[in-house]
Amino acid sequence: MIDLQLVLDNRELLTEGMLYSLQLTAFATLGGIVLGCLLALARLSAFKPLSLLSAAYVNLFRSVPLVLVIFWFYFLIPYFGFQIGPDKSVFITFTLFEAAYFSEIIRAGIQSISRGQLAAAYALGLTYPQTMRYVILPQALRNMLPVMLTQTVVLFQDTSLVTIIGIKDFMGSTSVVASNNGAMTEMYTFAAIAYFCVCFPISMLLKRLHKRIAVIR
Amino acid sequence: MKTCLTLALALAAFGTAHAEELTGTLKKIKDSGRIVVGVRDASQPFSFLVGNKQYTGYSVELCNKIVDQVQKELKLKTLDVVYQPVTSQTRIPLMQNGTIDLECGSTTNSMERQKQVAFGVNMFWVNVRMAVKANSGIKSVADLNGKPVVTTTGTTSDRYIKLHEKGKSIDVKNLYGKDHDDSFLMLETDRAAAFVMDDTLLAAKIAASKNPKDFTIAGEVLSGEPYGIMLRRDDPQFKKLVDATLTAAYKSPEMEKLYNKWFMSPIPPKGINLNMPMSDKMRELLKNPSDKGI
Amino acid sequence: MDLNLDWGVLLQESPTGDGPYWQLLWTGAKWTVATALTGWALALLVGSIVGVMRTLPYKPLAWLGDAYVEVVRNIPLLVQLFFWFFVWPELLPREIGLWYKQDMPYPEFITAALALGWFTAARVAEQVKSGILSLPRGQKNAALALGFTLPQTYRLVVLPQAFRIVIPPLTSEFMNIFKNSAAALAIGLTELTFQMKQMVEYSNEVIVSIAAVTTIYMVMAFAVNRGMAWLERKSRIPGMIGGGR
Repeated sequence: MIDLQLVLDNRELLTEGMLYSLQLTAFATLGGIVLGCLLALARLSAFKPLSLLSAAYVNLFRSVPLVLVIFWFYFLIPYFGFQIGPDKSVFITFTLFEAAYFSEIIRAGIQSISRGQLAAAYALGLTYPQTMRYVILPQALRNMLPVMLTQTVVLFQDTSLVTIIGIKDFMGSTSVVASNNGAMTEMYTFAAIAYFCVCFPISMLLKRLHKRIAVIR
Repeated sequence: MKTCLTLALALAAFGTAHAEELTGTLKKIKDSGRIVVGVRDASQPFSFLVGNKQYTGYSVELCNKIVDQVQKELKLKTLDVVYQPVTSQTRIPLMQNGTIDLECGSTTNSMERQKQVAFGVNMFWVNVRMAVKANSGIKSVADLNGKPVVTTTGTTSDRYIKLHEKGKSIDVKNLYGKDHDDSFLMLETDRAAAFVMDDTLLAAKIAASKNPKDFTIAGEVLSGEPYGIMLRRDDPQFKKLVDATLTAAYKSPEMEKLYNKWFMSPIPPKGINLNMPMSDKMRELLKNPSDKGI
Repeated sequence: MDLNLDWGVLLQESPTGDGPYWQLLWTGAKWTVATALTGWALALLVGSIVGVMRTLPYKPLAWLGDAYVEVVRNIPLLVQLFFWFFVWPELLPREIGLWYKQDMPYPEFITAALALGWFTAARVAEQVKSGILSLPRGQKNAALALGFTLPQTYRLVVLPQAFRIVIPPLTSEFMNIFKNSAAALAIGLTELTFQMKQMVEYSNEVIVSIAAVTTIYMVMAFAVNRGMAWLERKSRIPGMIGGGR
């Protein structure tokens, strides 16, 4: 069912596609965590307008499909004066989209720390940034690490959606090979197996990690 | 009328174009030192990807002539040519918002699109027909009653079957492929009984398929359409240059060679031959260049 | 910036012969809802069965359930859609495959609903399993000790509680299936995002098209959220805080 010769003949294109997918995943994860952290802190801030703004952002992105968001930026980014192609602009799309999800994970992580610790830190004379940095975030990060990594696996899978706007990520380059050789059935099966081979071991590792961290907590 | 006027103006003013102050796309190209050409991944033989990075095809070659002319006209020592893949859904927004400066694919020059973008003088004439399995016995649109028919989304062809459908009072199931590959795959795997599209694209897809003999192009001509190279609207300076370059190319003896290279000889990547002799409509189009849409 | 903003375009006739643009979007919204609901029904059914299977004391069944969940969760939805649309019918016996491809009504809708159903089922199964495992072990043991058979224990003791516990996490899965249905445009389902693309292509009103479709999705998300909140209130288990995790 899989034509290995075909895969080998096109390994360059396929590898390039996989690298693109991985780059997009890495970029959006890092960018999403940074932006998500800011969003979460804004959400938890006592300054109402900031908190509301962050909530609006997160709710907007969480109530629409990623495919739609891909199309938003696909059509809109160039209108805002950025002369970059869609293969670059999806980096922004995914970062902004994932930030909404990461911010919820981070918020939950922060809120999982008991209030007493916050009070204790203040009582010891720590400022808000100090409290966050030395007391809350280190613990929160540990609690949310498995969820974050799971989100990254989901994100990696979601990057395949960029194929819809003609980008040659791993899925996209698989399609190109498939159509050039009239072998869509074989290549789509190959794509499914390849994605599984990347995601499954990571998922398994994450499960272990989850158990270990859960015990410590 | 409008066309004749444009053309006359184009030819008259061409010589002085460089003397005027640059505006629009030409200014943009001059300032940035680069031109972004919109291309297609799989619109054989017009615009398609060979190997990893190389775009080629009938339209791309015509565009390259335009790019050369731009470089000459602007007296640029180097001109950075960026090939930006587009799809049928994105080519118009990307043209309007300035991502691409020139689109070299297989875009129908229609009046509707002319409200949004401009076209250089038409570069090709295609007929909208359908590809069917050779053993299906389908000879006419009327034979499609009750059958699934696929078209590619965002192209102009999807409405013809609908219009025709009403005229013939037949009922078909409309399917949509996200690109021509998907559409053809639907035909190949018997998901659709017919694939309605421009005949050149159909011929290319058939020639590139595993078993070309299994397919045939059948049925009446649902519509005839001119293809154009797309530019931004309201950019007379650039359009002038494009039209003049294309017109000159059409009149040159090399045009026959260019046509034969893509439509009468084996083309990459698989060395298939479309074997589509130049139609009368196409001859007429080259003889009297015009940017009239349908 | 040169953004067109002509809200009147929604009332204009589209060139596809399908009526004005608002009607295009309305048709799209209907397909989105139909696909999501059909997929959801399948997901609940399959997900519950698989979820229960994974908690049973029969190793092969539990393993099968785990395998299903792992396979589905580790392959992107888009690839699964393509699989069910392009690859699956080729694996069937020829006649059935042909029927699947040609004579089955609304092939892209059914394929999308099935693919989404199987996909979401894995997630539902995960929630159902953790719902069941979150119950005090004593309840199951007590029921068995009282002489209930295993099916009786599940039907009368475990599941009624587990299902109420999993309602909050299922809310987000239910919302996800609406959002995920947009990926089905890749197999030609004329759902909401597909129609937005068409509208952008034909009308060139980028902002209006995007704004209209985004609003519809947000209304859907809001409706789902409220509906599930109501269900959650109704089904709260007395004596438990919030009835869940």
